[in-house]
Amino acid sequence: MSANPVYLDAATAAPLHPVARQALLAALDDGWADPAKLYGQARRARQLLDAAREAAAQTLGVRADELSFTPSGTAAAHAAVLGGLSGRRRAGAALVHSAIEHSAVLHAAERHVAGGGDAVCVPVDRLGRVDLDAWAAAVAAPGVALAALIGASHEVATVQPVPAAAELCAEAGVPLYVDAAQLAGRAPLPAGWSVLSASAHKWGGPPGVGVLVVRKGTRWESPFPADERESGRTPGVVNLPAVVAAAASLRAAAADAAAEAARLAPLVDRIRARVAAEVPDVEVVGDPVDRLPHLVTFSCLYVDGEALLHALDRRGFAVSSGSSCTSSTLRPSHVLEAMGVLSHGNVRVSLHRETTEADVDRFLAELPGIVAGLRAEAGVTGL
Amino acid sequence: MSGPDEVLDCRGQRCPLPVINLARRLPELPVGAVVRVLADDPAAAVDIPAWCRMRGQEFVGAHPEGPGYDVRRRH
Repeated sequence: MSANPVYLDAATAAPLHPVARQALLAALDDGWADPAKLYGQARRARQLLDAAREAAAQTLGVRADELSFTPSGTAAAHAAVLGGLSGRRRAGAALVHSAIEHSAVLHAAERHVAGGGDAVCVPVDRLGRVDLDAWAAAVAAPGVALAALIGASHEVATVQPVPAAAELCAEAGVPLYVDAAQLAGRAPLPAGWSVLSASAHKWGGPPGVGVLVVRKGTRWESPFPADERESGRTPGVVNLPAVVAAAASLRAAAADAAAEAARLAPLVDRIRARVAAEVPDVEVVGDPVDRLPHLVTFSCLYVDGEALLHALDRRGFAVSSGSSCTSSTLRPSHVLEAMGVLSHGNVRVSLHRETTEADVDRFLAELPGIVAGLRAEAGVTGL
Repeated sequence: MSGPDEVLDCRGQRCPLPVINLARRLPELPVGAVVRVLADDPAAAVDIPAWCRMRGQEFVGAHPEGPGYDVRRRH
């Protein structure tokens, strides 16, 4: 018996926004030429690219010449970290980052360390909020080239104190990079950063488009072999139809963001409250107040995360997990680890514009029985 | 400091099994007893202290050999 599918993994990839679909189809006809060339088809492509950049920049509140499109959010994060470090290498070789950055940022940090640089990891508290005292000390230390702080956690929803962290960076003269993948198109961007990245498929744009913003006056140097495209910030011709769709859907998502947040936040509150009340031995994690409107994470004691994902999938629910058994490396999520919260039996639910109250209620109605069934199967009921 | 009262060898087991075995064994020991859980699944380093917090038991500390995690029965 298969149930109606309910997709609850928007933090990985939101379903394509209808505006993105329309723009993508329209741009396939006009956006195939190389925008850098000097003939009519290229000029048309250039117009589309310029308009997309202008629209995305306006939506994010930045200048168009500060914004580059990249082949993915991951590529933008890599460029943000490595380019920010490269541009400030005369100031030092240290990267300061929170313990809960996206793996793309941590992998860039590993590359930096493998090349002889330093990385300083700043801890978070039980709610997943960066320790500002430790942050202050870390960015004020000599030789810091760049600091990286995720705007809001993609795993546990906790919104980070970016303005306060940015102020501490400014006092120390250190530029701040903010990974805004879960904020762009959903919430206003915080103030005070110098470099920012985002990813189109998180806001309902197509996969394969990232955004990198480098504010004027920021010392940033491309970590890639030279290429003149996208202000020299990211090599290769962009996927123009996808870029056009990304920009159009970003504007549409941002226009609806406040209303969507007001609709989804109470649904997340409902999940937080009912999971805690109706599933025994569960830990709902992340900041209950300073959080993203659309994302909630919880861990079920004695339950295998992979088995839980499969059981939910059989009932039609698509969710994500930070449990080690669900990762290719068999390591628990570094975010849950840094917070010191239970990592097994972990489920991340993230809502989007197509999520209905009925979807959430069906999930909440079925979850306690699914967890109880798995516990009974494992012989851990009442343990 | 004296050694643990009992050693629970959960090496080779994937989480949540080490935590489940700890939860089964600890109530059988007297209050105040310390059990050392040997577990090589990296998730145990997170989940054993988290279990202690959720259950009101005392996480005494981690040992590199094993690796091992010492838990004292508090109630």
